[in-house]
Amino acid sequence: MLSAQSFGGPGKMKEYHYTGAVENRFSPYAFNGGTVLAVAGEDFAIVASDTRLSEGYSIHSRDSPKCYKLTDTTVIGCSGFHGDCLTLTKIIDARLKMYKHSNNKTMTSGAIAAMLSTILYGRRFFPYYVYNIIGGLDEEGKGAVYSFDPVGSYQRDTYKAGGSASAMLQPLLDNQIGFKNMEGVQHVPLTQEKAVQLVKDVFISAAERDVYTGDALRICIVTKEGINEQTIPLRKD
Amino acid sequence: VRCGYLEESPIQFGQISAPKTSSGIPSEEPLSSPSSLPASFPFASSESVPLPFPMGHGTTTLAFLFQGGVLAAADTRSSCSGLVACPAAQKILPIHSHLVGTTSGTSADCALWKRILSRELRLYQLRHGRRLSTGGAAKLLSHMLHPFKGTELCVAATLCGWDGGDFSGPGLFYVCSDGTRLEGKLFSVGSGSPYAYSILDQGVRWGLTVEEATSIAREAVYRATHRDAYSGNFVDIYHVTPNGWTRRTSLDVHHLIMIFSMLFPCP
Repeated sequence: MLSAQSFGGPGKMKEYHYTGAVENRFSPYAFNGGTVLAVAGEDFAIVASDTRLSEGYSIHSRDSPKCYKLTDTTVIGCSGFHGDCLTLTKIIDARLKMYKHSNNKTMTSGAIAAMLSTILYGRRFFPYYVYNIIGGLDEEGKGAVYSFDPVGSYQRDTYKAGGSASAMLQPLLDNQIGFKNMEGVQHVPLTQEKAVQLVKDVFISAAERDVYTGDALRICIVTKEGINEQTIPLRKD
Repeated sequence: VRCGYLEESPIQFGQISAPKTSSGIPSEEPLSSPSSLPASFPFASSESVPLPFPMGHGTTTLAFLFQGGVLAAADTRSSCSGLVACPAAQKILPIHSHLVGTTSGTSADCALWKRILSRELRLYQLRHGRRLSTGGAAKLLSHMLHPFKGTELCVAATLCGWDGGDFSGPGLFYVCSDGTRLEGKLFSVGSGSPYAYSILDQGVRWGLTVEEATSIAREAVYRATHRDAYSGNFVDIYHVTPNGWTRRTSLDVHHLIMIFSMLFPCP
């Protein structure tokens, strides 16, 4: 496996002309691509991710979803460096079990978010290269989305996109879900069917324009009945 | 090694310490310290792993004292080298009922250290039966950040509070992760602070009413967002009085443009 450094850094391709002396250092990080998206509704939350795992010019896997189920009411989406995503989800699972055994109850979405913030900050000087978004239901049964930066800063949102296509998707979500930057539009609350359709459309657009996003879309819909998963094919090129 | 405030010291993990030279630089000894300080100090100059992503920076925050208490104001744009990571970030964080802190620098550092400060202030209150003063809270924060001096931690906060007890009155302190701790009547911090200072220096007096002070603070942040690319979106205002802090309405900078263009029409 070639480290990302030989490709000129995460997400960037190295130039092919020789410009002078070059030092190739080992980088412990790699960029494995992928996009994650979460939307919170009145009584539901949706966490969606593509399933492509790439590194540089290669695709390692077409079936590597980035949504992980944590509890019956919470799903986390992690994109960035796949090694750190796996370790981080293992650590979160272990901490969830520890909490369950000490406190005899499942962690709420807000508590998981606060805990993840401290886990990420514990590695402030050698961070987990993961962009996390947690989607789930809060204690009142309303949808909640918590978005994180790699070192633990977080806040609660209504919708958030993270990962390689996040800069393309976030303005689209601002417009369609937040009704921003439009005039004279009625603000209708988001229904679950409309939200799912919007997520599908948004990922199809992302797959068209971002090389690291594609192959298939995994959607997890969290409601009080439980977590419902769907897989929809995307462009494979 | 257990650090006093965090479960594990974040410095230990991932730092590559510089090799010792043959002349034998004496290794740093762990300071024997009271339990509230970290047990050992790593070499601040050790290399850390180069990061593949940018961190959040760039802001405008300000705070000043006046007859009605302390007013703190900030913009809400959280930027990550060119991308607006969040247009509605909270840069003024309440620490307890009578203390708020404005944050500038890396958002994760500010959020976590404010949270640790809230915990330590609450413990102080439980142990000693009274709230720690604003100056005391500022000193505590400054001492907690001191072990990380020289690392890439970046926190520049102003603590705005109302002290109770014998020395009752407003307090305003500026604390920075490079070790600065200053008391003052007016501070502005961040990339937009020069623009905010010009408005504040012209308008802030002790005798302002609450409404006048709010509108000066709003205008100062608005002018800074107009000229500084890394500030923008909304203006948050918090007002601290002897009864605690209150949050004023957060206005969008779009609406402020209309208000100010009517007051000062451009030729």
